[in-house]
Amino acid sequence: MWNIAVKNERTTEDIALGIRRRVFEHAMRNNGGYLSQACSSAEQLAWLYNEELNLGAPTLPMIPKPFEGVPHADNPDYHTGAGYNGPFEPEYDRLFIAPAHYALVAYATLIETGRMAAEGLEMFNKDGSSVEMIGAEHSPGMEVHNGTLGIGLSTAAGLAWARKRKGEKGRVWVYMSDGEVQEGQTWEAIQCCAHHRIDNVKAIMDVNRQQCDGAMDSVMEVGDIKTKMENFGAVVVEVDAHNVNDMREAAKTKHDGKPLIILANSNPFHAMPILEERFPRLHYVRFKSEEERARMNISIADSLGVDPIDYAH
Amino acid sequence: MVEMVSRPYERAFEKHALANPEVLCISADLTSSCEIDKFRDNHPDQFLSMGMAEQNMMSFCGGLGLAGYRPFIHTFGVFTYRRPYDQLMASIAYPRRKVRIMGFLPGITTPGGMTHQAIEDISVMRSMPNMTILETGDATEVESICEAADSIDGPVYCRVLRGSMPRLFDTPIKVGEMRELSLGNDVLIVTAGITTEEAMRATKALEAAGVSVRHLHLHTIKPFNAEAILDHINAVKGGVITLENHVTEGGIGSLVAEVMADNGVGKKLRRLGLKDTYAHGGSRAYLMRYYGLDALALTQGVEDLLGQKLGITETDLAEARVDAVHSLAKAEGL
Repeated sequence: MWNIAVKNERTTEDIALGIRRRVFEHAMRNNGGYLSQACSSAEQLAWLYNEELNLGAPTLPMIPKPFEGVPHADNPDYHTGAGYNGPFEPEYDRLFIAPAHYALVAYATLIETGRMAAEGLEMFNKDGSSVEMIGAEHSPGMEVHNGTLGIGLSTAAGLAWARKRKGEKGRVWVYMSDGEVQEGQTWEAIQCCAHHRIDNVKAIMDVNRQQCDGAMDSVMEVGDIKTKMENFGAVVVEVDAHNVNDMREAAKTKHDGKPLIILANSNPFHAMPILEERFPRLHYVRFKSEEERARMNISIADSLGVDPIDYAH
Repeated sequence: MVEMVSRPYERAFEKHALANPEVLCISADLTSSCEIDKFRDNHPDQFLSMGMAEQNMMSFCGGLGLAGYRPFIHTFGVFTYRRPYDQLMASIAYPRRKVRIMGFLPGITTPGGMTHQAIEDISVMRSMPNMTILETGDATEVESICEAADSIDGPVYCRVLRGSMPRLFDTPIKVGEMRELSLGNDVLIVTAGITTEEAMRATKALEAAGVSVRHLHLHTIKPFNAEAILDHINAVKGGVITLENHVTEGGIGSLVAEVMADNGVGKKLRRLGLKDTYAHGGSRAYLMRYYGLDALALTQGVEDLLGQKLGITETDLAEARVDAVHSLAKAEGL
């Protein structure tokens, strides 16, 4: 009934465009959304799902089930949303979306790569839905709660250490955001990976230099992330976040005994240049007026090569 | 004469871990302080040093749990929830990982002062959905804590004693039960951990003064068998008194109060413990006296509860004291 994910059936660039179109349509209909995250991260998530990750076919229904309760002794049928990334087999990779605020973009990626039905996005942030605004464990494509930023890499490190011990070939990938480097836990996690020589962890970080309050430099300067990470024991490669070839090459970097972290320098307005008007408040773009909504609708639709969204209906 | 046992945890953990390969020994730079240094040296393949980085350790253990391992975290109790509270909640408690948190130095059992004394840990863990709480009160309970904790389908926080300690009981912890140490009908005394030994001493003096004591020892604090304790509450005429190595808010005093209120029990309750205060650094005996956590404080509490002077003195309690208990005990160090 639905397309089972087939890698490289479409180009990664085409999937990235599809992600942005879906997030744009969603934001227009809902008078706002995580638009800038789609600008910065679409190629990264598209590349992960379409090329880099070794995932099996989804094990959960294409149309997400409603919320079925939190983990509890009285809820034995509970499961996470990780089944959208395929089964937990030793040879397959696992993915943690560390900034759970990218959920809207991640859901759009699942749709574009044939892992979730388009109806899933209609359930976004609706009461009783599992497709939550900040990705929860039970949300499609999620395996743990990462809503408090900084815990993703540590979780991945623990799982990766365990997988190594068990001789599993599958790797553990983490999608990270640059704001997370303000959290001390990120540095604890890197030094831990280096100390225990956990080299089946790979991360790609969306370096868009933005956080909730605005530009990171105005909120808390973090300095040279690459040098700092290298000093803590990671192998670090910088790439252009909108150049898929860059990411392909970076992922081939040898990192024996160390985690690999790809710093993807991104443009928070990429493919939606009109968003620059909203700088430095890009974290969640809620339209300030009908006039602005209409103007952005026309401009972004033009940038993405689609018709403006008829959001009145 | 009460038998004194030295370092029961060290042997108990090694035995349990070697019989269960999915058990991992996790340490946060307090390896010898938590009696796992020999395990580290003898079984390095099952040992993971996480350094002084508790936030990472909690989420890392969440990842280990996700892969089917059952990590035993060893550090001082206070370091397992104050700094890494968010990680404990999000990476361990919420997803019900089988992480066994061995919290050493509960309450005032350390001269380390405020930063080292876990005085509100039970309160914190009780309010955390999915968390189980166990507490050890003697050598036998410490010897059985690993097996008891590892039987839990989810995360568990344990208050663990270390060093030299008395053997008060001869049966292991049975999760979900409580120990009935005496079955009188004037007052019900409820204790856990190190306050149980104090209450056993006080019981002798109280009985000698004509008070019939019913005494319960709790090793399973959450989940809690409310019905069982309700029967005991209903069995006494004079009221209930709790004594805990913890603040009186959110610990076993609160637990008993909730059961009484929930069931409309119209009896008096006295809750002894740290009264909305931090403690400072000092020996266990000094701190228990200073903060009113010892046998004398308990007998005075019973006097208050019953509204009558019993004339029990420190000398009476000293005579009830089993000499071997403290003469062999080493001063607690860091």
